[in-house]
Amino acid sequence: MNATIWSLSAIVAVAAVTFLLGYVGSRKANTTPDFLVARRAIPATRNAAAISGEYLSAASFLSVAGLVLKDGVDALWYPVGFTAGYLALLLFVAAPLRRSGAYTLPDFSEARLGSVHVRHVSTFFVVCIGLLYLVPQLQSAGLTLTTITGLDAWLGGLIVTVIVVINVLGGGMRAITLVQAFQYWGKLFAIAAPTFVLFVVFLASPDRGTQPISDDGVVRFPQAEKVTVAEQPVKVRVDEPLTLRVRGTIDGRDANGPVFWGRGVYELKPGTVMEFTAGSPVPVVEGSPTTNRDWTHPQTGGLSELIGTYSLIFATFLGTMGLPHVLVRFYTNPDGKAARRTALHVLYLLGLFYLFPTVLGVLSRLHLPQLLVTGNTDAAVLMLPEAMVPNLGGQILGAVVAAGAFAAFLSTSSGLVVSVAGVVSTDIMPGKVRDFRWATVFTGLVAIALAFVLPRSNASLTVAMSFALAASTFCPLLVLGIWWRGLTWVGAVCGLVVGGGVVISAQVVSVVSTYTGRWAPAFITQPALITVPLAFATMIVVSKATRRRVPPDVNQILLRLHAPDPLGFIRDRDIARFGTAEEKARLADGKRSGADRTR
Amino acid sequence: MSRHDAGKPEQPPREAWLGEQARKPRRRRVVLADSTKARGRALRTIIELEEQTSVGEKLVRDLIRQQLKSAFGMAFAVLIGMCLLPLAFYLFPQIGDLEVLGIPVPWLVLGIAPFPILYGVGWVFRRQAERHERDFVNMVDR
Repeated sequence: MNATIWSLSAIVAVAAVTFLLGYVGSRKANTTPDFLVARRAIPATRNAAAISGEYLSAASFLSVAGLVLKDGVDALWYPVGFTAGYLALLLFVAAPLRRSGAYTLPDFSEARLGSVHVRHVSTFFVVCIGLLYLVPQLQSAGLTLTTITGLDAWLGGLIVTVIVVINVLGGGMRAITLVQAFQYWGKLFAIAAPTFVLFVVFLASPDRGTQPISDDGVVRFPQAEKVTVAEQPVKVRVDEPLTLRVRGTIDGRDANGPVFWGRGVYELKPGTVMEFTAGSPVPVVEGSPTTNRDWTHPQTGGLSELIGTYSLIFATFLGTMGLPHVLVRFYTNPDGKAARRTALHVLYLLGLFYLFPTVLGVLSRLHLPQLLVTGNTDAAVLMLPEAMVPNLGGQILGAVVAAGAFAAFLSTSSGLVVSVAGVVSTDIMPGKVRDFRWATVFTGLVAIALAFVLPRSNASLTVAMSFALAASTFCPLLVLGIWWRGLTWVGAVCGLVVGGGVVISAQVVSVVSTYTGRWAPAFITQPALITVPLAFATMIVVSKATRRRVPPDVNQILLRLHAPDPLGFIRDRDIARFGTAEEKARLADGKRSGADRTR
Repeated sequence: MSRHDAGKPEQPPREAWLGEQARKPRRRRVVLADSTKARGRALRTIIELEEQTSVGEKLVRDLIRQQLKSAFGMAFAVLIGMCLLPLAFYLFPQIGDLEVLGIPVPWLVLGIAPFPILYGVGWVFRRQAERHERDFVNMVDR
């Protein structure tokens, strides 16, 4: 009970600081450019902290460690890919995108290609990606609250939604920049401090936490353990026979009492309770390595795992540059050079953060083998401190981690809500501040509704899906739009529809397959390896076929995207559309309000 | 809500954003601010860039090609490096048995090494890109 109180106070503290910073940030926000792009006056280092704060979502904070616990060394491709995505963004997109002067991704596509059709299609995909990314955040918030306090899962998602919506209503992008920058450092502390302490505990423990394993390297329970299957059915693989007590349903048959499990796969219905004795081998959720040897060695899953790894590399390396909530933060830089510096600083901040989840994942393999049975490994980071240090210190560390996880949900959700609301309010509504506020409420409602309806899977996997969607839609649009004169709006629309359509169908198929026994092969659950080249090819081929539609002013636009900042070619489209008369006059003079302030 | 009617009138014409408007005040500023010949020549190049004369277009094309070349070079190097790793692990599983300081090599290669390398590549690219831009400005600003 004490632990609950510690954690709850830590979460309340995070929420309070979030409100406070949001209030401070939003006092001066009253125009549409404030709400959309924070007046484009955010310095590079603060913007980088805000980007990292927004980017390190539940997937990074909880799932990376959880996947390391479950899948071992192969899970390390997630943090590598998540970071490498920013390198691709720096190389191909950052500076030209800022210089386009656009204020949302659809606005960029219209500015570049001169067609409202491509704008509408982009709007649709921004909303898709935004919601697809938002849903796992809210679901993980529910999981976190359940794990640490035992409250109902829906409450966590609801609390996060309410806090985010209120903050965004107050000041949009202007309000959340400070919040997210603070939350990066909060999260770094919340993962680094427990990692250091627990690592020292691990080194100091008499047996170095050596784990009882069988001759085949199957993990064994260090003490007796009671495991309950949560809301979704689970398939477990048993490599070494064991006896256990079960109350519930195995393979469709009711069981109550001692059961013998030989080698094989068993399906467990939700609510099934298993009691393992100390020293019995750990059954592992289907699809993950059962022995420690396979866990420490890379690429033990055969050819399909190899293809899955390549798909993941593709999706994360190219998908980051297509994430609307990340891109919208690059519009807040004063100029192209600052955008480049921001991206580089993000590489540093993310690299620093991702050193820690790996260590926590390895430590939880030693201390929390029961999570392997249910596959509910997202909880590992939250449970580890108390499992390793069962006293007040562990409770306080647990509270720090809980606060960090909560900060992760808040900052990522804020960024997503702002980017989706910005697009909805400027493309579907007239784009006044009032419209932005309505769009914020609307986005929050849809997201929380979807979070209840859709099945909960590992946050990293759902997030990987939205990376695949971004990589197959906006990545080709941006790369070709920025570097290739031949892109036409017809080609862009076809590429978006083909790439996005295939990924969304694959997502539907894999959701159906999770409900009906996980039969979907790797290229459907991780489709990027096929869909990204497909989208690129479609855009190029169709653009070549419709060569007459190349915008006549394409050379001028490319000049604007690539000309160095001191030549003064940047024209901010948000001021042209929403600014006051004075700002518009200054824009026509070739001066920008942001530049005056930062130089 | 009829969104097309609501959104359209506020959308500034594309030409305004593209700079028909911006060109005139720029000229005026030259005359008033600085009348030395050097400045005049520099601004003529800028105007050439905007008006897309053959000289201006060539300059911009060269700049874009330069930037694309360094970006592509680095992206390919990194992507090839990343793609070779899983294949190497798959073909030579004995790599997994190697250890440095008690930690298996694949864990070091994937858990720690990529981050400084990615930052380093980014740093080099930023320097190159900024140098290309500086050269371009110097050329225009002669």
